[in-house]
Amino acid sequence: MPDTKPSLLAADKLECTRDDRMLFSGLSFQLGAGEVVQIEGPNGSGKTSLLRILSGLRRADAGRVQWQGVDIQHTRDDYYANMVYIGHLPCIKADLTTMENIRVLLDTRSQSVSGGQIELGLEQVGLAGFEDVAGKALSSGQRRRVLLAFLLLADARLWILDEPLTALDVRGVDLVESMILEHRDNAGSVVFTTHHGMRLPCEMKSVDLTQC
Amino acid sequence: MLKAFYYLLLRDMRLALRSRHELANPLIFFVLVVSLFPLAVMPTPERLQEMAPGVIWVAALLSVLLSLDRLFKQDYEDGSLDQLMLSPNPLVVLVLAKVSAHWLLTGLPLVIIAPLLGVLMALETASLSVLVWSLLLGTPVLSLVGAIGVSLTVAVNRGGVLLSLIVLPLYIPVLIFGANAIDVASDGMSVRGQLYFLGAMLALALSLAPLATAVALRITASR
Repeated sequence: MPDTKPSLLAADKLECTRDDRMLFSGLSFQLGAGEVVQIEGPNGSGKTSLLRILSGLRRADAGRVQWQGVDIQHTRDDYYANMVYIGHLPCIKADLTTMENIRVLLDTRSQSVSGGQIELGLEQVGLAGFEDVAGKALSSGQRRRVLLAFLLLADARLWILDEPLTALDVRGVDLVESMILEHRDNAGSVVFTTHHGMRLPCEMKSVDLTQC
Repeated sequence: MLKAFYYLLLRDMRLALRSRHELANPLIFFVLVVSLFPLAVMPTPERLQEMAPGVIWVAALLSVLLSLDRLFKQDYEDGSLDQLMLSPNPLVVLVLAKVSAHWLLTGLPLVIIAPLLGVLMALETASLSVLVWSLLLGTPVLSLVGAIGVSLTVAVNRGGVLLSLIVLPLYIPVLIFGANAIDVASDGMSVRGQLYFLGAMLALALSLAPLATAVALRITASR
């Protein structure tokens, strides 16, 4: 498909098998700045595997993923400085406070952010006042919100989100939708999967795994 | 890059200090095993002295082995390990930070408490310093080599046996030279050779083990 915008992320003929079962093959798509792609498919169709391949955590059995025209295996530091992946797992340490948890996640990305900015981020995701609450005292929805605050603070161009709506309430779903829209308006790109119907009032590509 | 090393080290230290019971486990195990020995055998000073190097080193080795699980298990289970692998910093540096934290929290306490146990096992003063040196050089090797094993088995349910099978053969040289150094010291001979060997093993492990661990972690994550 011809693309007017230069592509940031390109998947080229990806193939993935799991336990001798072909999940998908020949999967190609491109993602430019300011574009949103939804990966669709039933349970077990390989959505998570695809996202892990796109993030470079998993190797594709064939094909490659390119970041700005270079294979991600060869441009890891540049790619990871510009990409955030959020999977199913909470990444939250039970013994650290919300503030510390976010700081740890940002430190891993070598990003230094002031306490005030983190407070602001927490306020945006509806966790104002939870700075000093330990991870173990947070509900699973609140843990997801901590990750959303991290996502806001991470300053990355590409978001790869695996089921971002898990455990979130109605307002949480609205929050994720508005975050994605705002990110898109700032020329950011998003790849995500979801079972929940997410209606984004914007143009959106979709990749259907049942057809690959 | 140095910052990333420092922050991760700090994070692991902080986490460990907040769950102190886990922190104390390897140390308590070490002290218990060594102090039970004199009760189980006829505790004449000569006999204790003869057994001391082996007993202390085996106890230290097993104590480190038991604590290895902590190195990556939690991070693997809560997804933090994925985030570490998605860091723009080299994974080798982050691995080294985690292993350093592990050694500071398990190996170093063993080194510090060891002279006391040495006295308990009737070691002479001269051998005590060799005991400390051998542990100081040997326990980091145990942490570094152990990290390779853990990174390969962290995704396996109840991978404990597998971990021991992978790691123990690699621990044996450390055990032999470590215990032998103390043995030789109590006979009044020079221990340089043994300590140099331990030092060489440390240099080798320090330069190669983090690389191997980083690769093993990527393999683990890609499944």
